[in-house]
Amino acid sequence: MEAVDDLDPKSVDKLELPADLMELNMGPAHPATHGTVRLKLKLDGERVAAIDIQPGYLHRGFEKSCERGTWNQVFPYVDRLNYVSPMLNNVGFALAVEGLCGVTVPERCQYYRVILGELARITDHLTCNAASAMELGAFTPFLWLMKVRDWIYDVLEIETGARLTHSFGRIGGMAAPPTDNLKANVRQVLPEVLKVVGETEVLLLRNRIFLDRVEGTGVLTQAEALDYGVTGPVLRSTGVDYDVRKAEPYLVYDRFEFDVPVGTRGDNYDRFLVRLEETRQSVRILEQALQQMPDDGPINIDDPRLVLPDKSAVYTTIEATIAHFKLVMEGVKPPRGEYYSATEGGNGELGFFIVSDGSGTPYRVRVRPPCWYGLQAGERMFMGGMLADIIPTFGSINMIGGECDR
Amino acid sequence: MKFLNETGLRSRLGERVRSVEAFGGQFAAEIDASSWIDAARALREGVPAYDHFIDLTAVDYPEAEPQRRFEVVLLLRASATGERVRIKTRCPADGPLPSLTSLWRGANWAERELFDLFGVRFSGHPDLRRILLYEPFEGHPLRKDYPIERTQPIVEYREVAGVTKLAPFGAEEGQPFGRVDWAARLAGRDLQVSPSIALQSQQRRALSESTSGCASRAVHKPVSLDPEGQESEVSKPVAEGSGYGSR
Amino acid sequence: MGAINQSGNSAPTHTLGEGGFFTTRLDALLAWSRKHSLFQYPFVTACCGMEFMSTASPRYDIARFGAEAPRFSPRQADVLWVVGTVSQRQGPVLKRIYEQISEPKWVIAFGTCASCGGFYDNYTTIPGIDKVIPVDVYIPGCPPRPEAVLDGLMLLQEKITRGDRGMPAVAGRQAVEHLVQVRHPRLRAPKTGDSASLDEDSHV
Repeated sequence: MEAVDDLDPKSVDKLELPADLMELNMGPAHPATHGTVRLKLKLDGERVAAIDIQPGYLHRGFEKSCERGTWNQVFPYVDRLNYVSPMLNNVGFALAVEGLCGVTVPERCQYYRVILGELARITDHLTCNAASAMELGAFTPFLWLMKVRDWIYDVLEIETGARLTHSFGRIGGMAAPPTDNLKANVRQVLPEVLKVVGETEVLLLRNRIFLDRVEGTGVLTQAEALDYGVTGPVLRSTGVDYDVRKAEPYLVYDRFEFDVPVGTRGDNYDRFLVRLEETRQSVRILEQALQQMPDDGPINIDDPRLVLPDKSAVYTTIEATIAHFKLVMEGVKPPRGEYYSATEGGNGELGFFIVSDGSGTPYRVRVRPPCWYGLQAGERMFMGGMLADIIPTFGSINMIGGECDR
Repeated sequence: MKFLNETGLRSRLGERVRSVEAFGGQFAAEIDASSWIDAARALREGVPAYDHFIDLTAVDYPEAEPQRRFEVVLLLRASATGERVRIKTRCPADGPLPSLTSLWRGANWAERELFDLFGVRFSGHPDLRRILLYEPFEGHPLRKDYPIERTQPIVEYREVAGVTKLAPFGAEEGQPFGRVDWAARLAGRDLQVSPSIALQSQQRRALSESTSGCASRAVHKPVSLDPEGQESEVSKPVAEGSGYGSR
Repeated sequence: MGAINQSGNSAPTHTLGEGGFFTTRLDALLAWSRKHSLFQYPFVTACCGMEFMSTASPRYDIARFGAEAPRFSPRQADVLWVVGTVSQRQGPVLKRIYEQISEPKWVIAFGTCASCGGFYDNYTTIPGIDKVIPVDVYIPGCPPRPEAVLDGLMLLQEKITRGDRGMPAVAGRQAVEHLVQVRHPRLRAPKTGDSASLDEDSHV
């Protein structure tokens, strides 16, 4: 670590400072860690000599709870995994179960998922950067970016009916078709998002205090990042251009032109910039998606074994009533098998490894939480640095309790 | 999503492959527990090197023979080619599996999590202790036989005066048909709750001995019984219907 | 989710005559000053934290109620906001933080999980923080909208005015509706019909 000052603790033992390492407990309710995690530190002066990261304070039994209901009843739980970008989790889980069933949703729905998902990605990255900046004392960018986030929440609310936890994905489609004003609303918001992101950038990236805190701190190398299983912005900040949207395109991501921003040094500054740039790339994707999205066409798969029938038919025909009853009470029944599906979540590769025993209840739902591996790599990033560097590093890992501890 | 296919798996892992499963265009090789670490090393060190650790997880099959109860699944990705690989092995609850921490550092927390939630042990792990749950916790919640509603509080609950809340849903209440009551099923008493699911998976057993055990779940009483306690016509097993197209 | 018995909110208005006159005035003064400068300790654990951030941000602006200043030492705080799910493992931590807050102190259970555990009805979650610490105001919602949060805060202020520490209050739907919903002026609501549609008027 070259960024911390080069005072070697060994050389000052003439001063007869106590040589013992000081134990310090940080968390689980620490104000500057947005997420509940406990760090047991051993400090040599202000330098971190040993660290034990203890996650698990928000373990809410996600995987066990999923084994109780139907496949569609998992959506409210996946909403609350990475609660900063719930729509991306919805899309990821829907794609996993659809992969298990071997079906693909109609094109219009794919665009719809991309649009809602990218809006969620923007809120995710804005929130992460805003919170990181606030923890370093920059309160104004936080207020600026929260303002933007509320505008995006408005669009999402008009579409889905909820500001935050939408539970809007369904196996084989979405809960509702897009509203008439979807395109107009998103087009209305995007320029303003870019404008405020630009303003925030100016506030932070020429701020000496901010730069001193983030440049050169929390460094992770490429090989270490891969070894630890890190994905997403943290991996890309080290220079690996791995983005699931580009590497293994799902939905219609192969039809869009967008860049995968990568860093060079893998420090906090790079991670901040990668997220900032990804916001812009998301806007780019959104603009193309709005252009290409058909205005007409089905949203849901036409398969009564997967998708609830039309409500008017349920009330008037016996077939639809039966189909409705069976889907609600027994659920979608994917074939027996195992399937792994990966999408690009807010923090990296959001994988769902799902096992079906052929019944209407999931046998096992395993989520691969991207920030779980990011936080584990934290022991590498924190070690040897100063105590104060933990704050920006932890902020840029973007540990989200719901996803990390599940 | 490109997974290493059967030929690739066999040429890369050779004799260690016990069988290869294919589903939905994804391949998974089953490895014997004894050669688990060898197979993992072969993937880590060969060309292309599967250097990107993706995930390590497990699935509990309580009805399998004890030696094969837990299926541990390893997912990897080669950063050079972008290709993925999935291997798995079976292990018993107590018999340790060699730890992969020497090959990928990412395996450290993943193995601790499996130890915590499934009770799978790993030999050679530097620091095998609970990670998501707390120390006095007994049992391993993701095992099928751990009842979901069994809490183990570490702070004493206080008496709440002046607040009346509606009682929470019972474990059975509001749940769909088709889920499995694992406690009953492992005790050999019962079955899945929904008749049609039982029909489909042909796992249904005689109801005669289960009537008393299921008395409390009267809401979900699945089928009507004739006086001898035999299943009525509706629940006779039939051949399983086709799934979603052939694979 | 629970319905909570809300009977018996009687304000302690003592008629003490001449001798009690000053005491009552002092109480009222204290209550008035307390309710407009609530220093908060946000115990943010989960999803509700997102709406808590929104409540603190410019659009909803919790500073209008004098409750914007967070104090991350429990010893300097008045209100403990428990925002999000509290797991069994987190229980002792929450209890300890509550005990460290100096009197007078109030607790707001923010969201369904903090109120009753929500749909995390399983082996790891405490079914409501009132199993561990006493609660003054429950704000239902998963997560509650910022309007509901502000309503809960106002309920707490009323409680402080009354000097009433007895019955807990519940921020209710009834009370939320009269709040003006401030929205981005240029967004348009869907026309009619689909399930996601909202009332036209509420968007203006």
